[in-house]
This record gives sequence, structure tokens and C-alpha cells, in this order.
Amino acid sequence: MEDLLLLAQASASTTFIQTLIKALALGSVYIMMGLGFVIIFKGTQVLNFAASALSMAGAMFMSILIADGGIPFLPFDNPLAPGDGETAGIPLWLLTIAITMVLAALFGLVIERLAIRPMIGQPLFAMAVITLGVEIAIRPFNIDATALEGRSLGVPWGAESWSLGDALVPKSYVAAIIMALIAGAIVIVFYRSRFGVAMRAVAFDQEAAMAQGINVARVFQIAWALGVALAALAGIAYGMAPFPPGGSVSQEIHPVLAFRVLPVIVLGGLDSVLGVLFGGFAIALAEVFAGQYLSQYGSTLGPGYSTIVPYVVMLIVLVVRPFGLFGTPEIRRV
Amino acid sequence: MAYRRPLLRTAYEQDAAILPTWFQRVAFFLLVFTFGLAALGAPFLSGIPSFFLGNTWINPITNMLPLGIAALGFMILVGVTGQVSIGHAFFMGVGAYVAVSLGGTGDGGWKACVPFHDEVGLLETAGQCGMGLPMWIWLPAAGIGATLMGILVSPAAVKVRGLYLAIATIGLIFIGLHLGRMLPEYAGDFESGRKWPKLQFKFWQEETPLVDMTSDGKWFGLIHLTEEQKQFFFLFTLLLIFGVITKNIVRSRTGRALQAIRDRDIAAEVMGVPEFKYKLIGFAISSFYAGIGGALFASYNGRVAPIQWSLFLSVDFIAILLIGGAGTIAGTMLGLIFVELTPEVVKKFTEWLGDQVGGGGLVGWFADVLLTQGPGDFGPISLTPAAPGWPMSVFLWNFVIFGVLIVVFMIFEPQGLYGIWVRIRNYWKGWPFSY
Repeated sequence: MEDLLLLAQASASTTFIQTLIKALALGSVYIMMGLGFVIIFKGTQVLNFAASALSMAGAMFMSILIADGGIPFLPFDNPLAPGDGETAGIPLWLLTIAITMVLAALFGLVIERLAIRPMIGQPLFAMAVITLGVEIAIRPFNIDATALEGRSLGVPWGAESWSLGDALVPKSYVAAIIMALIAGAIVIVFYRSRFGVAMRAVAFDQEAAMAQGINVARVFQIAWALGVALAALAGIAYGMAPFPPGGSVSQEIHPVLAFRVLPVIVLGGLDSVLGVLFGGFAIALAEVFAGQYLSQYGSTLGPGYSTIVPYVVMLIVLVVRPFGLFGTPEIRRV
Repeated sequence: MAYRRPLLRTAYEQDAAILPTWFQRVAFFLLVFTFGLAALGAPFLSGIPSFFLGNTWINPITNMLPLGIAALGFMILVGVTGQVSIGHAFFMGVGAYVAVSLGGTGDGGWKACVPFHDEVGLLETAGQCGMGLPMWIWLPAAGIGATLMGILVSPAAVKVRGLYLAIATIGLIFIGLHLGRMLPEYAGDFESGRKWPKLQFKFWQEETPLVDMTSDGKWFGLIHLTEEQKQFFFLFTLLLIFGVITKNIVRSRTGRALQAIRDRDIAAEVMGVPEFKYKLIGFAISSFYAGIGGALFASYNGRVAPIQWSLFLSVDFIAILLIGGAGTIAGTMLGLIFVELTPEVVKKFTEWLGDQVGGGGLVGWFADVLLTQGPGDFGPISLTPAAPGWPMSVFLWNFVIFGVLIVVFMIFEPQGLYGIWVRIRNYWKGWPFSY
């Protein structure tokens, strides 16, 4: 509410800057999530519908580590956690993010071993449905654990912001953008590496890749570990203060995060890293700018209309280009 | 007599028959009669412990029937036409909203039924749209409305294939949820919904309905039934009718064209089956079923919130299809029973376990381990419904079980329950040969 009042008083250019920063930050969250999708899809040909639940579980791990001072799944205390009532310093917080991502990657490995590996070679849709099952099975634990009020992520800067002229730039938004840039750079470098080539070979033809001596099971493992870790990172970034007003893992927004990212990966094409980078910013710009500049029609468009802007964009793109802007068209043979 | 080979057909009539073998005929009619008699509480069946009697089982079973109609439509789209859609709940919602605007009681009059009729900011006070028309109008209209919506989106849906189609239809779900929030004059309050028209036949808007399904009493001057039994019979009959229609669609020219498209769309087109036309027909038929199913589901439940038409309802149908066995009516029905009644069984089982706590013996010990009684006890299941925190409620555990079931079925039995049945059948029919 305060945010809205501030925006209402601000001048046009200030509003524009704040909207732009918000769009870039939201786009960064979408990009982190989308990269998780694309890595898993490229490596294993699985569209990971479980990404929402996995990302929220990752954010929950973070919350358990830093806010509860415990360790997920284990009855020990976290020796690194700050004491009661204190917030962690920035280095400690970043270290905890790294630990969380490792935990999320391990979690991804477990899921991959139990649910995905037995399905190697099955049709695409069967794999996608498996992940839907995983989503439904994990989701109740997240919902139960967040209760109604959400759980803190112990963000060191809370809801503070820098001021840029008249415009307020929340520190969390800048942090999200930096996180996404780092994640994007790592993924791109990873794709140029020997292993990235193996991954693309497996995506192209699993049997032929196997015949060339590529360890397909290893590719599946790495893809899932990396994909789930990125999803967890997106979940954490999306839990920083201005995204949900209180700054927490929230029952309102986290359970549908991945479904909001689907338009991003469709716009870019399911198997294109560059497509995600483009689609993430494009969709977020459309969503946030529509939310800001069409708000005088808000009562006609309905409350929260900006959240469906991505889907409308997605449907239009699909009619024009059925495989997204950067996706590989399916070659159809009789 | 030669061995009865499974799937051996000796005449074309057998291939086209609704129930090709004598066994299927007998089994079908036995099943229908058992359901009917059990719902009536026939005396000679009362030995079967009050399975349908009272309110405990007949409600979940009746609730499952409208979903069965929608599931048949989903089967036609996904199982027969091969178009994987996750937007089925959206079309159910469309049907339900058409039904409630035509048949519901609204305080907004005709004006409320025109969207965006007021200036900015007045939607909350606009009143609700409802014309109070009888069921013979709103029920077909629900199907037709959903069909029109299906035809509207199908140009996009036909062009997109595979996983992209699944994702695009997820988009439909979210757009539908938003419409539900944005148009309260149709959908009612987003959290609590509104009242749907009752299940009763009227000629027009007279006081006493021709056939009443909302109170106990005599039906057609013949037989005394309770409200639940009446609704069960009405919906059960509708489900049977739609089952027969489905079978007829599948075995006719249209059905063969749809299956040709499922098996290879380009090859179908080469053989003279127009792809666009039949994909559109597939979407239209499935949306019609969804609309009818959605209207009946909402109407049976009385009050449905817009949030009901969510992704999870669609996932229910995917689970029904996959657990049952894709592409067959019998499989769809098996999946329906399994998916919709498992939560009820789990709930009843937990309640029963709750009575066994401290009872000693193996069962008592089991109940002690599983259930949490008070603080300091770490059983995974909490008996108090809404309390957040570790011991989870049965409601949430049911979701976990549901998700795990989907995974387990996909991994171990991709052909579903129907596939298990086919294996058993082939074993007996082919004996002593292995196939």
C-alpha cells in the first residue's frame, strides 16, 4: 500500500524508473527459474512441472537453515545460524544460499533417482506427468510448513532501498538482478564446456549419445541437480522483501511461481538458454508495465490482472510461432 | 470349440459392437444393477455393510458421477484424439458459469448478465446474474457454451502440439481463474462462490417441480427415495447415457478419424482425414462433456468457489486417465473410481484408526505410531483438521498419496488399471498358451 502511495505521488520519470527496475528484478527471478526448466529440458527432455514445489522446498531449506537455525531433514542445529533476534551478515547469508543450493541439488538427485530415472526413454508426456505427480506430492509439505503467515528468509537488508534521485530502488531488486546475471553466466559457460556438449548430445538422441560413450545417467543427474538448485535460487530471490510485502516464503506466491514462468520458456522456446534470457525480461516487462500503466482500468480488468498478462502474451506467441521465438521446431515425418 | 483368443474377432459386427463379448454384456448389466440396487438399499444386499446407505458413501460416489462425464470428454480429447490438454477444468468452469447465469437466482436482473455494463469501480455492487430458467435449458446450454469456448480456442490449440499444447492450456486455466475473480456477477465471491441452480426438472418457473431431486419423497408415485438416492440415480443415468454416446463416437467414422490423428497426424491427412477439422471436433466434443460435467458438478455441490476450477482439477483428470488406462471407457471409469474414492477411503480409514488408539494389539500399535495425540507425539497424521505444523492433516496427506500414486502408476503400470485387467484376461483366455 505504501508502495502504491509513493508511486502515485511520484513524477512520471520516477515512476518509469521504478517500474523498470521492478520489471528487471522480476525478469531476473523468471530467468533463474526458466534456466532451471531449460537445463532439465535440454538434458533430459523432461518438462519439469514440479519446479514450483521444488523451488518452494528450496526456499524452505533456506528458511530452516537461517531462520530456525536447524538443518532440513536432520535433528541437528545449524552451527552457522545467527542467534535469536539477530539477522545474518551478508557473507554468511550468501554462504547459506550456497549451502541451500547444494541441499536442493541433493534433493533433485533423490527425485531424479526415484521418479525420473526409471522413465528414461518413455514418451515426453509420461515424463511430464511424473513431474506433475512429484509436484502434488511435495506441495502439501510446503503448504503445511509455511502455515498462513509465511516463513522468514532472514534477508540481511530486509526491505531497505537505495534512492536514485526521487526513485526508490529496493536492494532486493538489485540483488535479484545480480543473482540472475551470475546464474546466467555460469549456465552459458557450462554449456560451452565438454559436459554441456554431452548434455546437448543426450538431448538430441539418447541412444546415439550412449553409443558415443556418453554417460546418460550422469547427464540426467547433473541436469536435475543444477535445475533444482536454480529453482531454489529463484525461490529464495522471490522471497526477498518487496516481492511478497513481508519478505518470506509465502503461501500466496511461491506455489505458483513456476507456472508463471511457463510463458517465459514458451516465448523463448523450451530448449533455448538465450530464449530464456530474452523471454524472462520480455515477459516481466510486459507484466510489470501493464500492471503499472493500465492500472486506471484496474476495475474493468479485475484485481491482479497483471499476473495473466504473461499467459495472454504466451497464447499470442504460440499462435504465431508454435515453437517459441528461439525454440527448435519439431521435424514432422510421416 | 477353438480356444477363445483374446481380441479374436470373427465378424465385422463384433468389431463395431458396443459390448462385443457375452462376458462384457453380463458384467456391464450386473454392474449397473448392483449399483442401482445398492443405492436403493435392496434387502438382499443389506448384508453388504451399509455401503451406499446413509450419507457416508453415497455422497462421495454421487459427487464422482459428474466428474465422470467430464472425464469421458477428457478421454475423447487425450485418449482418442491424442491432444494433451491441461485446460479441462477451464471448460468445466465455463459450463458451470453458463448454467448459473441461466438457471441461478440472481438479484442483478438482466442487466447484471451483460459484462462490463457499469462504469469503473461498480462491479462489486452490480448484483449477480441469474435468470432462473429451468434445467432443460441450462444443462444443454452449459454444454453448448463450453463447446463454443472450445471452438474459440481451438485455432490456437490445433496449431500447437505436444508439450507446448499442454503449457498453452495451463495458460487457459489461469486466465479462467482470473475471469472468475474479475466477473463476480457470474462467479460470485472469489472465496466462497455462489449458489448454483438445484437439480430439479421444471417446465418453466412454477413452484412445485415436475421431478424433484432436492427432497425426500416418492418418485413418480412409485418408490420412496431419499434426496441423495434421487440425485444418485439422476446423475448415474446421465453418466450411462454419456458413456453410450462416447462409445458410439469412438466406434463411428468420427472416432476412427480422431484415432487416425492420434496415431500420426500427417499420415491421417495424407489418407484424407482433414487434421484441422477433426482436431476441432475433438476439442468441441470434449468441451461439451466438460461443460455438462462442470454444470452438474457445481449444481450437485450447491456452492462452488471460482478457485475450484484450478490446475488441480485438471490434474485429477490426467490422473484418472493414466491410472485407469488411456483410451478406453472402462479404463476411464476404473480410474474415476480409484482417483475420486481413494481420498474418502483414506479419510475413513484414519477415522477408524482413531478409534483403535490404545486398543492394544497390532492395530492399536499401528494407530499409535501413525496418529498424533497431543504434543510430544510424533505420528505423521494429525486428527485435528486445520492445524498447521508437522503432524499433517489427513486432507494434506491425501494430496501426497495422490501425487505418489501418479508417479508409481506411471513407473510400474503405464497401461493403468485397465492394463492390469487386460493382462489377467489374456492370461485366462489364452491358457495354456502365454498369449
